[in-house]
Amino acid sequence: MATPIGGRSYLFARPPVLRGWAAVGSKREGEGPLGGEFDAIEPDSTFGQKSWERAESFLHHKVLELAVAKAGLSYADLRAILAGDLLDQCTGSTFAVRELDVPYLGIYGACSTMAEGLFLAGFLTEGGMAPVAVSTASHFCTAERQYRFPLEYGGQRTPTSQWTATGGGAVVLGGEGGSGPVLLGGTAGAVEDLGIKDAANMGAAMAPAAAATLGRFFADTGTVPADYDLVVTGDLGAVGSELLYALTEREGLQLRGHHTDCGLLLYDRERQDVHAGGSGCGCCASVLCAHLLPALAAGELRRIVFAATGALLSPTSSQQGESIPGVCHAVCLAAGEEDSLWK
Amino acid sequence: MSMTAPEYQALAARLAPKSKPWVNVPKAFFTGGCICAIGQGLILLYTGLGLPADTASGACSMTLVALSALLTGLGVYDRLARHAGAGTLVPITGFANAMVSPALEFKNEGFILGIAAKMFVIAGPVLVYGLTASVVYGVLLCLGQLVV
Repeated sequence: MATPIGGRSYLFARPPVLRGWAAVGSKREGEGPLGGEFDAIEPDSTFGQKSWERAESFLHHKVLELAVAKAGLSYADLRAILAGDLLDQCTGSTFAVRELDVPYLGIYGACSTMAEGLFLAGFLTEGGMAPVAVSTASHFCTAERQYRFPLEYGGQRTPTSQWTATGGGAVVLGGEGGSGPVLLGGTAGAVEDLGIKDAANMGAAMAPAAAATLGRFFADTGTVPADYDLVVTGDLGAVGSELLYALTEREGLQLRGHHTDCGLLLYDRERQDVHAGGSGCGCCASVLCAHLLPALAAGELRRIVFAATGALLSPTSSQQGESIPGVCHAVCLAAGEEDSLWK
Repeated sequence: MSMTAPEYQALAARLAPKSKPWVNVPKAFFTGGCICAIGQGLILLYTGLGLPADTASGACSMTLVALSALLTGLGVYDRLARHAGAGTLVPITGFANAMVSPALEFKNEGFILGIAAKMFVIAGPVLVYGLTASVVYGVLLCLGQLVV
């Protein structure tokens, strides 16, 4: 059983092994600094499909397929897939898994989906439901048409806006055998809302949730950011990261120098016209699977905190003038099993 | 969290990078001006071909709308607009782009609920309030003439 520590954090008694993972991206992701680390880059963002929604599901399906294969398993071995995305009723995920005949547990945490899925998967695997896959994907074009304007509409993006990644990540974890990084535990976050209404400034909307969850995580575990090789949020971008520092420094938490953000890692902001950075479920999921997990597996990173943030707005809530609630879930990933750190 | 919502909103506003009007405004002015110059050129062309002045203006608008629709379909208009901003938004070409881009985007949802219904998603409010304003203006003008 998982051990509760502090108010909202948990330490897994038998930390599940991350047996396989994969990241898939498209042209812009391939041209970014992590382009060479993806398992697959498809330059054609239609993925050969007739609609953008089908393209996203195709991408999502592909990333699951690659992760399961890299784990040395088949779909029949999986006890469940935990997946979610940004499309209406999470159809991006359901259409990705509809032919797989694997129990499907749909989750929605907007861009925090990957961390939420990993956190839940830790409990499922402890409870005997293992191995499971956690996956998510996003597509620039599906997000644009749902939340913003048609692709060919001639508008200008504000400097605070972030670029929805066309990409996805999937992780297979738990069960007997397998080797790789482990999921030590994590912290589930509450919804935080400090009244940001600008849907073109998601980083600002989500930073309070990241600050709250990370504050909880470090307090509950009795650790500080310096105890980890990296504290990674996703996807606050440039604006949200600065706000996160401002919020956490007030609480006496020094993140600067120990922190980076997936929205800043995926693209080169100078070169790629993405304004404040990347976003979307697939941004932090693909950065995790393309960049962070391989670094943990290679021992380049020993222990990281992966805290994914989600902006829980809908087009309707935005149009009705509601502010944007944010949520953040944090998980601790380590190169190998170790628990001496947490008191 | 010790920061209050108003404090945080003020901080977020302060840390948000601002648009650069000293770059954007000249770009918008230049592109918008170019579109207008093309329009003037078209009017001169059509009057030169023998069209009366008011018909030539109409023909000029139609040509600009058709060009804008074509450039939208070719994926050029949005690239231009990324730099031009209001320069491509304000002229009639921006209106054409606002009609054509959703029609293209939502063709997967079918002819009725996709193309036809979504075509007005951006331009619709402009039509509604533009027409309403013109009706109000017309009524006021009519009343004014009755009084005088």
